[in-house]
Amino acid sequence: MPAGSQLLEAIKTVNKLAIQGVSRIFTGTKGAKTQALTPIDFNVRENDFVTILGPSGCGKSTLLRIVAGLDQPTTGSVLLDGSPVEGPGAERGMVFQSYTLFPWLTVEQNICFGMRECGAPEPVQKERAAYFIAKVGLRGFEQHYPKQLSGGMQQRTAIARALANDPKILLMDEPFGALDNQTRVLMQELLLGIWESAQKTVLFVTHDIDEAIFMANRVVVFTARPGRIKTELHVDLPHPRHYTIKTSPEFMALKARLTEEIRAESMAAADH
Amino acid sequence: MSSRSKTVASDTPAVVLARAGRRKRAPLEPVSTAARWGLALAFFVLFFLVWAFFTIGGYVSPTFLASPITMLREGWLLFVEFNFIHDIGMTVWRVMGGFILAAAIAVPLGIMMGAHKGIEAFLEPFVSFCRYLPASAFIPLLILWAGIGELQKILVIFIGSVFQIILMVAVTVGAARRDLVEAAYTLGASPQGIVRRVLIPGAAPEIAETLRLVLGWAWTYVIVAELIGSSSGIGHMITDSQALLNTGQIIFGIIVIGLIGLISDFAFKAFNRRLFAWSSL
Repeated sequence: MPAGSQLLEAIKTVNKLAIQGVSRIFTGTKGAKTQALTPIDFNVRENDFVTILGPSGCGKSTLLRIVAGLDQPTTGSVLLDGSPVEGPGAERGMVFQSYTLFPWLTVEQNICFGMRECGAPEPVQKERAAYFIAKVGLRGFEQHYPKQLSGGMQQRTAIARALANDPKILLMDEPFGALDNQTRVLMQELLLGIWESAQKTVLFVTHDIDEAIFMANRVVVFTARPGRIKTELHVDLPHPRHYTIKTSPEFMALKARLTEEIRAESMAAADH
Repeated sequence: MSSRSKTVASDTPAVVLARAGRRKRAPLEPVSTAARWGLALAFFVLFFLVWAFFTIGGYVSPTFLASPITMLREGWLLFVEFNFIHDIGMTVWRVMGGFILAAAIAVPLGIMMGAHKGIEAFLEPFVSFCRYLPASAFIPLLILWAGIGELQKILVIFIGSVFQIILMVAVTVGAARRDLVEAAYTLGASPQGIVRRVLIPGAAPEIAETLRLVLGWAWTYVIVAELIGSSSGIGHMITDSQALLNTGQIIFGIIVIGLIGLISDFAFKAFNRRLFAWSSL
């Protein structure tokens, strides 16, 4: 059916990432099964900034790891640009909550890691690294080792390292979770600024409601374990967003609503 | 701070000890570098004083234990009359030969075992078994196979070191941080790239530490190898001196071994620190 295939093509181009019936059951050492994710369906469009919000242990990180190819779904599949994800790869860049810079490499070498792996010529690597180092505000720290940097600077380097690879989608697993509150707010603005100017597709996992609203144009709320999508919320706040937006009535209204949703789930999680 | 350290360094060991004891130090509280050196030196001095007291004071027969002064005189004689420097050279060469040979084979093998669980399952039980075979027990067999020449000595060192290095390197590489491996995968690293650019550089400082440790053990094996069927080396000198009841020379030989060990250990440590500056930041 030509009309049907055309429609399929249209969906493919609109949906950058398609998560189709993805579930995950972990088998413990004694054969005990834990359902981390009930089958999940949702799509991320090109240049979307989607945050996944949920209480801890709801399987949101598991979903992100499945998208990254670091974990295999028990059922279902993940499609990126229409082709199934089978393992980790450079087209899905990831920033982790833990500090994962290579401690034996300098900031610059860390950022060049992926480009070097795919065989980019060295001048190109250096040029791109310099561009992203400037972008995350780390000029002057090129030759520093990760241990010489603060937590925020390390995560900025990790973001630059992921972006320098020019991934089709950027996966972020609570990247600012280990940072203090002030630094976290600054990092949110920095990342949002980069997203506004560079237009990337981002899937961002967090348990912080402010963060989820401030960054996203769509918030996906997860239930407590076993994780499934409870609700989706469009955030129509204008761009560029300034931190003052967090005190606007629109923001407060979204926050009030999400707080209610999350509270119910956190209580459910605490009962387990 | 520095002026106070200087006075500590110039004080006698007894004063240093007294000062350390005057105020109760909390557990894990660091001491200054000068105090560390002072205290370290103090024990050496104390050791020699006790030794001198018992030997020169006549409490111990010189047949069993030479005095420090006799020991030094015998040591000087060893160098000027018995070409002891040649013995030292032979021993160092045997240690280095056996150790480098062992490291050249064991490090790549250990990395492969640490990185690939199949290879580990294949080799680990056998290597673990071999690790407990004392190198000295192989000496009679090695004399049968390789004679009493250099090859036999080097093989003793080799057998004593190679299995230890393989296992320790395998454990180090296998304990690589999983999150770094995952990060590398999401940056597009191939399985080969993971080994080459994550596992090896991440494990390198600890591999170097392993080599430093095993080099220390290699020194104990070489002396045993030289005690039996040898015509040169520090161990050979020690057996000769035993026949002549020359305890001064024996002790001097032992001290020389200790000194060479200490120097090589310091050099190795300094080299590691410089090579892997990132790990000690």
